[in-house]
Amino acid sequence: MSEQTGGHREGPAFKGLKLVPVSDEQYTMKDFKSDQEVRWCPGCGDYAVLAAFQSFLPELGVPRENIVMVSGIGCSSRFPYYLTTYGMHSIHGRAPAVATGLAASRPDLSVWVITGDGDGLSIGGNHLIHALRRNVNINILMFNNRIYGLTKGQYSPTSEPGKITKSSPMGSLDAPFNPVSLALGAEATFVARTLDSDRKHLTGVLRAAADHQGASFVEIYQNCPIFNDDAFAPLKDPGQRDLRLLRMEHGEPLLIGEGRGVVRGEYGELGVSELSGADSARVVRHDAHRADPGYAFALSRLDYPAFEHVPIGVFRDVERPSYDELMLEQLTEAETVQGRGDLAALLAGGDTWTVD
Amino acid sequence: MPKEVQRLDRVIIRFAGDSGDGMQLTGDRFTQETASFGNDLSTLPNFPAEIRAPAGTLPGVSSFQLHFADHDIMTPGDAPNVLVAMNPAALKANVEDVPKGETIIVNTDEFTKRALTKVGYSANPLEDGSLAEFKVSAVPLTSMTVKALEEFSISKKDAERAKNMFALGLLSWMYNRPSEGTLGFLRAKFANRPDIMSANIAAFKAGWNFGETTEDFAVSYEIRPAALPPGTYRNITGNTALSYGLIAGSELTGLPLFLGSYPITPASDILHELSKHKRFGVRTFQAEDEIAGVGAALGASFGGALGVTTTSGPGMVLKAETVGLAVMTELPLIVIDVQRGGPSTGLPTKTEQADLLMALYGRNGESPVPVLAPCSPADCFAIAIEAARIATRYRTPVIVLSDGYLANGSEPWRLPEVAQLPDLSVRFASSPNGPEGEFLPYLRDPETLARPWAVPGTAGLEHRIGGIEKSDRTGNISYSPANHDLMVRTRQGKIDGIARDIDRLDVDDPSGRAKVLVLGWGGTFGSIGAAVRRVRRAGGEVAQAHLRHLNPFPENLADVLGGYERVLVPEINLGQLALLLRGKFLVDAISYTKVRGLPFKAEELAGVLQEVIDNV
Repeated sequence: MSEQTGGHREGPAFKGLKLVPVSDEQYTMKDFKSDQEVRWCPGCGDYAVLAAFQSFLPELGVPRENIVMVSGIGCSSRFPYYLTTYGMHSIHGRAPAVATGLAASRPDLSVWVITGDGDGLSIGGNHLIHALRRNVNINILMFNNRIYGLTKGQYSPTSEPGKITKSSPMGSLDAPFNPVSLALGAEATFVARTLDSDRKHLTGVLRAAADHQGASFVEIYQNCPIFNDDAFAPLKDPGQRDLRLLRMEHGEPLLIGEGRGVVRGEYGELGVSELSGADSARVVRHDAHRADPGYAFALSRLDYPAFEHVPIGVFRDVERPSYDELMLEQLTEAETVQGRGDLAALLAGGDTWTVD
Repeated sequence: MPKEVQRLDRVIIRFAGDSGDGMQLTGDRFTQETASFGNDLSTLPNFPAEIRAPAGTLPGVSSFQLHFADHDIMTPGDAPNVLVAMNPAALKANVEDVPKGETIIVNTDEFTKRALTKVGYSANPLEDGSLAEFKVSAVPLTSMTVKALEEFSISKKDAERAKNMFALGLLSWMYNRPSEGTLGFLRAKFANRPDIMSANIAAFKAGWNFGETTEDFAVSYEIRPAALPPGTYRNITGNTALSYGLIAGSELTGLPLFLGSYPITPASDILHELSKHKRFGVRTFQAEDEIAGVGAALGASFGGALGVTTTSGPGMVLKAETVGLAVMTELPLIVIDVQRGGPSTGLPTKTEQADLLMALYGRNGESPVPVLAPCSPADCFAIAIEAARIATRYRTPVIVLSDGYLANGSEPWRLPEVAQLPDLSVRFASSPNGPEGEFLPYLRDPETLARPWAVPGTAGLEHRIGGIEKSDRTGNISYSPANHDLMVRTRQGKIDGIARDIDRLDVDDPSGRAKVLVLGWGGTFGSIGAAVRRVRRAGGEVAQAHLRHLNPFPENLADVLGGYERVLVPEINLGQLALLLRGKFLVDAISYTKVRGLPFKAEELAGVLQEVIDNV
């Protein structure tokens, strides 16, 4: 079981799946649609993410039974029920912990964590940051709608300050998290952001996440039409979005719309500047593989506070051995050096004496 | 001229000193010498929660009590025959426990005015006659150690630190202990520091020689080996035995062991021990918190591992929600609670058994969980295997209630024959079980009511589980009133049914005429057993039974309770088992409780028992 590695064919399609068997089967999207009725509100952004995810899964090229979805509590956490893979809808905030135990003991699985801004950043914030720093081989998709949906509309840890909700009639007092900054501060090796409504971009980010060995963190801006409708409207409006979205591609200059680009400031911070002819040389070329997270962090601060220039795509993608791999290495080393454990010898270890 | 050797049948020694004096090590070495000599023994370490409380203060006193005998014994003993006090604080903290006429060995070098004042002695007890009723041996342990180590090129501080080995050497001479084990231990421990190694060995030998030559110690004592049942023995603490039991559970079930744990006293040693055994395929995960520890263990169980989490009371509280998830998802999980004094942070290093009701009922909803409790340090091995058996066979979380006394205390353990351990092989579901070729994750085994355990990686059995109520058979989300009622009762019925599959409750009632039953659970077995022996020796008749299964109870418990006029239930809590017995069996049980962070004393319990017998 946990000893299964690799597959029959040439090798996995993605680096993050190098210990997962390769499938002989050619799946299609419908192979991943479960018979359960999807119960999100009409117009919920979760539908778009689900559809994109279902159509992406065949690309993994691994047996369906080796895919596991683990979620917490919240609207997005119903996700596993709508897929035909293995799944666990766990408890509030704890999905990264459950997934860590599963992935650490079963490197032959492709494990996906589905969480939200309340689940992942509030009650489960601790598990999230530790899963990231350990670099457990899991993919964390955090649906950020900047509101509590399932409990009917309280402000969340990503809500803008002063938000009027049922629990904050005079406006919320909390300063919000920037999830990408948080993940980078937690030593994440892969951090990306995408939008529920941009299927092509979303699929591209999922692909990159699957291709990453270790923990990948993907923030998905997701619209809640009931309690926080149009939270991301400026990023979706055809008239504005190209002026606001910074589509990051590794190795390419960071440009927004026509004539604006990302340049370095005096203290190493990044800013957006109108470019005149000579300035284009100053535009920063995106490097997602930089070992120092400082650059990615600076990028993550571009969009603060209000969606003026929002980077989407992969902020950071660096290589570091994954936790499950290291754990397996220690087990293998112990067995190689000391030999497979023998129970009788263990029990009789230490000082013994015999009574006749 | 050789000194006189007196034969004794048993001795209780307590080593007491500052936290930094190495008393736990000294006690542990004396224990190993005693074990290898073949005495029966039982130990009680007692130490502060602070790593280094201020030197020379009462809160900083650390002690180690050892009871050893030429016959089988059940407890670390009520009161020491010999107290070794390394400083005034150790004397003050322990002298009240020493019966008049017994021996006190003090390290006089530490009895300075300043040290005496620090613990509130206005006069030196070695000089003011307050110890007149004891046999006091005043020995300048520190200065004699320093003198003995003059030749070594080590600092004075290092020389002084070896005084515990001097004391150990002296006591080892007094009780004719074999010293080879300790010398070997010192050689290994200080292999990289030859100076310190030689100094400690020299200090040990100096202590031994001092006993042999000085006139202060006129006699030495002999306690012959105990006539224990034939077999190979080792001395073992509860935490080590539990760790080995978990490894055995993994081997016997054929499931890789996964421990998710967060450090907490007095459970951490299980994490330490298991992290050493990776060659058995044991994965240990030091989590970011208690919740993640159990969450990861449950995740590993979902993947087909033997998922285990270890903690103490404050951590149990945090794990409750995940244990509930394990109840709902019906996955195997072993939760070890090494109980300590509570509530809240309570008494981290002291024992208690006040988590019973929390283990049984400390979750939201109807959330039945099997609960087991080992009755001695060595029994922790068997109880861990039993936990693995029940968890995997019934697909349920199982809570094991050990305690601080069992965890750190030790006793000789007769090694089991590995071949005689039960075969607990687990069979995962491998093919669909539904009438139409579908997989029904909540279709139950008619005998055990367990659901199939289908692990990821098994083609055709893909399914989703979670904390929301499950529909019978399919496991789909269900809010149906009738289904919820059925599922609540089914989960309860599954756990209740385990009663048919566990050992019946044994009653020890040699005469068959006892009218009083003393019923305990968990770590109090030794104290109660020793009290029962005292009562019987004095001519009293009493029956003893001890519960290792707290949920469900053994099937014959009602009959056992009904067979006696009075039932006495001693507990180190405020009567939690007694409450259950009254509630479930309408028995007017007499609850006797003490919550001092220490085990019961046999003498005290014997008195209580006798009183109950006298009043029948």
